[in-house]
Amino acid sequence: MQRPRHDAERVSWLLVYPDSYEVGLPNQGLQILYEILNERPDALAERAYAPWLDMEAQLRGHDLSLFSLENHLPAGAFDVLGFNLAAELTYTNVLNCIDLARVPVRASERGPDHPLVLAGGHCAYNPEPMADFVDAFAIGDGEELAGEITEVVARWKATGRRHREEVLHEMATVPGVYVPSMYDVAYDGPLQSLTPRYADVPRVVDKRTVADLTDWPYPKNQLVPLVEVVHDRLNVEIFRGCTRGCRFCQAGMITRPVRERPYQQVRTMVEEGLARTGYDDVSLTSLSSADFSGVDGLVADLVNEQSGCGNVSLSLPSLRVDAFTVGIASEIQKVRRTGLTFAPEAGTWRMRQVINKLITEEDLYAAADAAFAAGWRRIKLYFLTGLPTEMDEDTAGIAELARNVVDIGQQYTRKAHSKKIGCTASVGGFVPKPHTPFQWFGQNAVAELGRKIGLLRSALRGSRAELRWHDPEATFVEGIASRGDRRIGAVIERVWRKGATFQEWSEHFSLGLWMDAMAAEGLDPDWYVTRHREEGEPLPWDHISAGLHRDFLWLDWQAALAEHGLPDCRWTPCYDCGVCTDYALEHVVASPTPPAGGSQGTGQDLERGADVPVAVLPTRGSRP
Amino acid sequence: MRGDRGVPVRLQFRKVGRVRFISHRDVARAFERAFRIEQLPVAFTEGFAPRPRISFGLALATGYESEAEYLDVELTEDVDPRDLAERLSDALPEGMDVLGLGHLEARAVSLQQAVTSASYRIRGVSLGDDARDPSTVRTWAKAWVQNTLQADALPVAVQRKGREVIDDLRPAIRHLSMAGSPNEIVEEGVTLQLDVSTQPKNIRPTDVLGTLGHGARVASITRTAQWIERDGSRLTPLEADTRLRAQVGAR
Repeated sequence: MQRPRHDAERVSWLLVYPDSYEVGLPNQGLQILYEILNERPDALAERAYAPWLDMEAQLRGHDLSLFSLENHLPAGAFDVLGFNLAAELTYTNVLNCIDLARVPVRASERGPDHPLVLAGGHCAYNPEPMADFVDAFAIGDGEELAGEITEVVARWKATGRRHREEVLHEMATVPGVYVPSMYDVAYDGPLQSLTPRYADVPRVVDKRTVADLTDWPYPKNQLVPLVEVVHDRLNVEIFRGCTRGCRFCQAGMITRPVRERPYQQVRTMVEEGLARTGYDDVSLTSLSSADFSGVDGLVADLVNEQSGCGNVSLSLPSLRVDAFTVGIASEIQKVRRTGLTFAPEAGTWRMRQVINKLITEEDLYAAADAAFAAGWRRIKLYFLTGLPTEMDEDTAGIAELARNVVDIGQQYTRKAHSKKIGCTASVGGFVPKPHTPFQWFGQNAVAELGRKIGLLRSALRGSRAELRWHDPEATFVEGIASRGDRRIGAVIERVWRKGATFQEWSEHFSLGLWMDAMAAEGLDPDWYVTRHREEGEPLPWDHISAGLHRDFLWLDWQAALAEHGLPDCRWTPCYDCGVCTDYALEHVVASPTPPAGGSQGTGQDLERGADVPVAVLPTRGSRP
Repeated sequence: MRGDRGVPVRLQFRKVGRVRFISHRDVARAFERAFRIEQLPVAFTEGFAPRPRISFGLALATGYESEAEYLDVELTEDVDPRDLAERLSDALPEGMDVLGLGHLEARAVSLQQAVTSASYRIRGVSLGDDARDPSTVRTWAKAWVQNTLQADALPVAVQRKGREVIDDLRPAIRHLSMAGSPNEIVEEGVTLQLDVSTQPKNIRPTDVLGTLGHGARVASITRTAQWIERDGSRLTPLEADTRLRAQVGAR
């Protein structure tokens, strides 16, 4: 933890994760910004997390404001409050934290003495539901943007913090910053118009992309919590972006292109990170870690090099089933084993072609077999339900996959180990997300999701496969906010004023409050959530660009409905989604060798058609 | 800690300041990380999931401070005591420092079994808003101390393993007194010194303080010592069972 000294020369940021400390501390995005800002001579950063209900009662009861964790300074004393928006159901926590900071919840009511309220993270790609409460959104990678925003705020401070309108106007001219108050919005059913109020404010805000992660080896000093948190291990980001093109996945779509860290830099970050933190557990994180080029060699090197750190456990979350080779399994096996999770997402091959997650059943079973053979006892499988074109036989397919995985595992029980074999199928309701080919799809209603869960429960009753599922009501509310427009802001405020914080937590979530709020605002939830959109309809997030051409997304949506899958564009021809060409970016890979033979077991042909913009990083160290 | 192989060491550490709010398990994990950061030669258990050979003494209730916590650790090779203490203190969180350590005698009994009593300093005992006048507070506290010591029995409802049980705490109270001269007027409340037995049951100071009555307030509780009573004498766990000791000044 850092204890920065405040002074008038430095722009002070309070970085807030709007959920409990246990959930928010490991967030890499916040930790990266924390370090970068504290390294700058013109900035400093402290942190805050959403106080739990009992602490909030104490704060309000004793007339104390939200305060920073490091120096215990009141939130209102900071120049900037920066929120990470990772999940829509944290929105009421954001409002609550702003209120606890003694800042007016509505941006329009803030004066020059109030901090600027900023927000970033994946949810910022549809900022409209929060547009009434956030002064400015940072879209995309924050590393460079944080510095540029700091400079704007520094100038504002230097001139005596006059009218907010001026500083917000200037911020709107920084590439990647969206300032809602700089636009006039009109609705007529769907969005009618969203027009900039000044000539130098962009019609469309393009995301920021860090071209080369090598320049940003953060976090260098990962925060080690003293109490228990989720993801409690050393986390090293091995690449950003994803090219698999899974159609449901917003993260994969909006973080293109792929930018891998150089091989040697990953090794250095792991070694130094372990030495500094004392963790004995490291996770190589990304959206699809086994896709990292040269991943076999990397895992082998990390596992074999213990260098006095004792027994270190290595985990690769976000494993692609088809890239999980016996080789990787046996390497990770040498050290203490963590749990194993795969995400087939859909129950049948047809359904997986629709969502473009091109894993065959053979791939899954081979991976399960390799895992059980190597000594794993429990495997978790992630699935989505409520996907486009889904039929009951697809739902049944989920149960069948889970049962078959257990059967594969049971072949190994009589040998050596007597621990129980298990498979957990974890099923979430699908929420169509902005900037994906599925953004036009009407989400399944609560009753329909409930019915499908019911089918799965029956199908798995009495089997050794366990079923867990996400509450369909929470999924529905996520749908309201996910593709909401600016009118949803009033709904969020109503729900917050009823005291409904921590909506991500099942013990606090209440569908009734949200439905009541929608009714009070005269808004129809189904119009937002279950309705199918047509090609021509303006979408509330059209003014935010992740670089993806709308045509590409629509064509990919049609391809999905035709059950047509598209292979990974990192190693195969480009589909001109728009990101690389428009932004003059390239995929950055650490090794020219595609992992696991390249085709990822999907049967793709590796022949390169059109020019594929791929840059190979200069190699350092012993491995190519 | 058997001491057949390797080098068993007992160390004393403090837990003060903000870090008093982390739990006993959190303390254990902080030590495991500190050993790793300093690359100290800790012995591990064998088997499927090797654990470092560290064993703790009596858990300290979360929220208490302490100047006298102990753990036993088995090293695979000898390390200079002073060096070990300093390196560990560097790697431990702020508020946790190693105060002393020594080589554990062969066949030394575990801390859990050996420690028989503990001393606590309880600060800021007051009636809260009910009575702000220091002399009133002092009179009240003095009366409570006398009544407690004179009582034949002190039945208190305590939580044990999730159930409520009535315990008689009186036999466990070894010492109870007010600190400071009798005429001293203290604004924040009085300071008490309390020694309790830790065997057969580990009695918590808050259970004893529960009899102060509704509305009473306590600002802080600090464990000042743990004792091994043996053959008529009272020794600290370092004095009792270690040799080649090093005491380290507080940071």
